[in-house]
Amino acid sequence: MTLPLHEPDLALHVEDLTVSYHSKPVLWDIDFDVPPGVMAGIVGPNGAGKSTLIKSVLGLVPTVAGHVRLFGLPYRSHRRRVGYVPQRSSVDWDFPTTALDVVTMGLYGRLGWLRRPGRRERDEAMAALEQVGMADLAGRQISQLSGGQQQRVFLARALVQQADVYFLDEPMAGVDATTERAIVDILRRLRDQGKTLIVVHHDLQTVRSYFDWLLLLNVRVIAQGPVREVYTADNLRRAYGGQIALLDEAGRLAGEGDAS
Amino acid sequence: MMASLLSLLNDYTLQNVMAGAALLGLISGVLGSFAVLRRQSLLGDTMSHAALPGVCLGFIIAGGRHMGSILVGALVTGALAALTMLLLTRLSRLKTDAALGIALSVFFALGVVLLTHIQGTHNASQGGLDAFLFGQAAATLRADVWIMAGITAIALTLVAVLWKEFKLVTFDAEFAASQGMPVVWLEALLTMMVALAVVVGLQMVGVVLMAAMIIAPAVAARQWSRRLESMVTLAALIGVAGGVLGALLSALSRGLATGPLIILSVSAVVLLSLALAPGRGLVWEALRLWRGRRRLRQQQVLTTLYGLAARHEDPVFRSEQGLIDSYHGLRTRTALRKLERRGLVEWGEAPPGEPGPSRRWLLTPAGRAEAERVLASLHEEGA
Repeated sequence: MTLPLHEPDLALHVEDLTVSYHSKPVLWDIDFDVPPGVMAGIVGPNGAGKSTLIKSVLGLVPTVAGHVRLFGLPYRSHRRRVGYVPQRSSVDWDFPTTALDVVTMGLYGRLGWLRRPGRRERDEAMAALEQVGMADLAGRQISQLSGGQQQRVFLARALVQQADVYFLDEPMAGVDATTERAIVDILRRLRDQGKTLIVVHHDLQTVRSYFDWLLLLNVRVIAQGPVREVYTADNLRRAYGGQIALLDEAGRLAGEGDAS
Repeated sequence: MMASLLSLLNDYTLQNVMAGAALLGLISGVLGSFAVLRRQSLLGDTMSHAALPGVCLGFIIAGGRHMGSILVGALVTGALAALTMLLLTRLSRLKTDAALGIALSVFFALGVVLLTHIQGTHNASQGGLDAFLFGQAAATLRADVWIMAGITAIALTLVAVLWKEFKLVTFDAEFAASQGMPVVWLEALLTMMVALAVVVGLQMVGVVLMAAMIIAPAVAARQWSRRLESMVTLAALIGVAGGVLGALLSALSRGLATGPLIILSVSAVVLLSLALAPGRGLVWEALRLWRGRRRLRQQQVLTTLYGLAARHEDPVFRSEQGLIDSYHGLRTRTALRKLERRGLVEWGEAPPGEPGPSRRWLLTPAGRAEAERVLASLHEEGA
């Protein structure tokens, strides 16, 4: 079965996407495109629908309207090309398992039904743990890892997926500065290999230095495009609306950015 | 004693009861592990209470105490209750706990009404139907055991075949869905299998106490295990051991109810595990807390001595016991003795000619180094 390609040159193409929760729209008529090989940030105030956008692209929440294409095809027809890092707080870290085992879970989709992970999967998972600097802690209980270490484990689980597009939901939330630097380094390396990264991010101060593509979101799309064009005081004010303290901060940051 | 135990073990009824109890322990240990990790412990409670109307309906439809129809009835209403709960949380704004409570009470009330209705119609074979409330293990027949064994085998096979899927859905359902796993079906299957465990437990422990059988072995096993594989295995073992022990105790005591004894045996393991398990147990936790406090007290006293020495610009400044006590507002002799034993302080002579007590505390070189290390690490954490 061959599906007609729709916008095959875009890593991600979202059109007319609307998501609602109990008749209240969470995302309204979203049009959002990401070219391949960029590190794209999704930024917006709390409740803007940032995580929901990622989840609806991955088919994890039902959509009211709209469609999503990855390299011209719907998500279902090539899941193997997509890696996902959920929010760290979305799982119970008291689950009885080890860091290595969690990383191996990234390969379950490839394994398919009935087949069990073996030596090959184990080696791949170890290699991914090494990439995030966690090889020493492979056998550690996940409940005994620090927040930053747990985030690295999640990142390693996405790395073994060997995907072309990665969706990351607040990978820098609640981690220490060292981990944040390490994560950004890994993400940049992936981008330099031609992968596309789509990252929900909450820290306005680092947007300009981390990302080269940006979506400003507040239920609707406020602005999108190359970060240089989108990250302006005016756009930030429109995205963050009445949040005064943030607004001043954002204005100052954008102002500095423009001057440099 | 030994002889009586041996003759007991040859007893046909007891063999049936023990086999049934062991099977119940096995299936509820395995499925309970998933239920507890998915935070659905109370779902087992709801489904077991909801089995009662099914038991009564099975009885009414079959026109008597016919095991097959009673079990099917229990399975159907148990599953219906789970479905009701799911629909309530999906479609209304009710939270899970409220939805579970509603489903439990409505179905159980319905069951009790049906039960009294059957008793009111004076059906000759009605005797023993209320045994499903608290179980009646002694009435277990060889045929019942075979049914229980069949159900257990089905459930265990499913868990073995879908092991990695169940594991991922339990740990991180969203990630499982993003990989294309049919999460809704897998979760529904896990939930429905709890209904299977309930059916196995109907005869043994009854609908009221069944929830404990689902929760207890899993909770106890969680305390001792570091991997899902070991947790499930251990929960199964604890369930089997508790079941067999309860059956034996009941047989030895003559007349004490088997079901509640099984639950009590398993609960004893839970209490022990909660208290003693290394790393997670309460005793362990308390010990760690006490050790931490003691170490902190010693560090405080040590840094006080260090501070006094620094203020007097005399590295071997000698402090009176009373002075150190007043600094801390309590008696510090025990902590100082401990520090002395570690070679960090000395109980030395007062300088000649100075008034006051003749013996004073002073830091050793090792004590100074330790105090500096403690202070440095405090600064690091503060930064």
